[in-house]
Amino acid sequence: MRLPLLALLAKEPAHGYELKARLEQTFGDAYPSPNIGQIYLTLQRLERAGLVKSQDVVQSDRPNKRVYELTPAGREAVVTWAEEPSDEPRVRDDFFMKLALGPMAGVTDALSLINRQRRHYLGLMRSLSRLAEEAPENNKIGRLLIEGAMLHLQADLDWLERCQEVLL
Amino acid sequence: MILEPPLLRSVGLTKVFQTDAGPVHAVRGVDLWVGQGEFVAVMGPSGSGKSTLLHLLGGLEPPTSGEIWLDGKRADGLTQAKWAMLRRRHIGFVFQFFNLVSSMSVADNVEVAALVGGASRRQARERREELLEDLGLTAKAQAAPSQLSGGEQQRVAVARALAHRPSLLLTDEPTGNLDSANTSAVLRLLRRSHAKGQAILLVTHDARAASMADRVINLFDGMIVDDAAVRPVPVTAASSVLELRG
Repeated sequence: MRLPLLALLAKEPAHGYELKARLEQTFGDAYPSPNIGQIYLTLQRLERAGLVKSQDVVQSDRPNKRVYELTPAGREAVVTWAEEPSDEPRVRDDFFMKLALGPMAGVTDALSLINRQRRHYLGLMRSLSRLAEEAPENNKIGRLLIEGAMLHLQADLDWLERCQEVLL
Repeated sequence: MILEPPLLRSVGLTKVFQTDAGPVHAVRGVDLWVGQGEFVAVMGPSGSGKSTLLHLLGGLEPPTSGEIWLDGKRADGLTQAKWAMLRRRHIGFVFQFFNLVSSMSVADNVEVAALVGGASRRQARERREELLEDLGLTAKAQAAPSQLSGGEQQRVAVARALAHRPSLLLTDEPTGNLDSANTSAVLRLLRRSHAKGQAILLVTHDARAASMADRVINLFDGMIVDDAAVRPVPVTAASSVLELRG
């Protein structure tokens, strides 16, 4: 959550609810709607770390709002983040641990694990397909997010087949 | 309660190919069934016997042993000619390569399939019009297959397979050669026809295609190792797949 918020603030100062709305608008329905409490908590942490600063803006008809803006250190963090290649997990770590250790511990067997996991992935795929169809044509970012998740799932399923071939 | 017989059932279905390197056991004792109007997907690694199974069930190859029941009637002992008749009337096929008749227009490819399946001329024409309309291909009805893109040709292949209103559609990797947009179009078509009651047995690697099925069978080494309904996992749980890090 930290870097997406910093990136949004790199564009222009904003308060918490605006950031929430912008995240939702950008990523569409596929992205779990961010919790406002978590956004404020993250903003406080970023402020303590010196990456953002805030000031209260007085509003006559409503309570004051706190507007956040990026500090030079915050901008640098966003730039560094943007320029770094991303190192994301390539294996579902938790499942991999179950597969490696579950049968050894005698609490399950590889075939049941693989079958359960495949059913789960297919169930996810079904929901993602529905999301993909419902996503508005013009929300390119939201659609790409869903498409990426679907391609990852396909790769996860292909890898499950490999597990099957090697272990069974 | 009287249960209607499954549309398709196999019992102990087995196929052994004799090769120079010795016998290859491609399908080993498969018991499966497809209910009336049901959509079943078959997944499994390459070489697990998926395509062979589909060929056996469609009568394109004779099984080494075991039984095939179609609509309550035994089919595994039928002659090639009887199988051909059965297919023309009751089974539609779609493969990865569309195999349209290149010398006939798109419209004729679909219409002839309906005629061969026993429709009258008028019924065949109406069916063709309805299907091409459904597929958004009305404007290309008079085109030759070669003038169409791969995705469009595959949509015509699906239309042709459905032209005679088969009770069962057998399809092997129908999206295998298609890009994402054309895959979506073909899948939409399968889902719509299933929603209207079409029974489908789909062999595929494509998880998106398989996830549309009512049930997914997993084949491994010629045997069924899993057979379970597809239950959509709520999107809230899907969120871990979509989680943005950082």
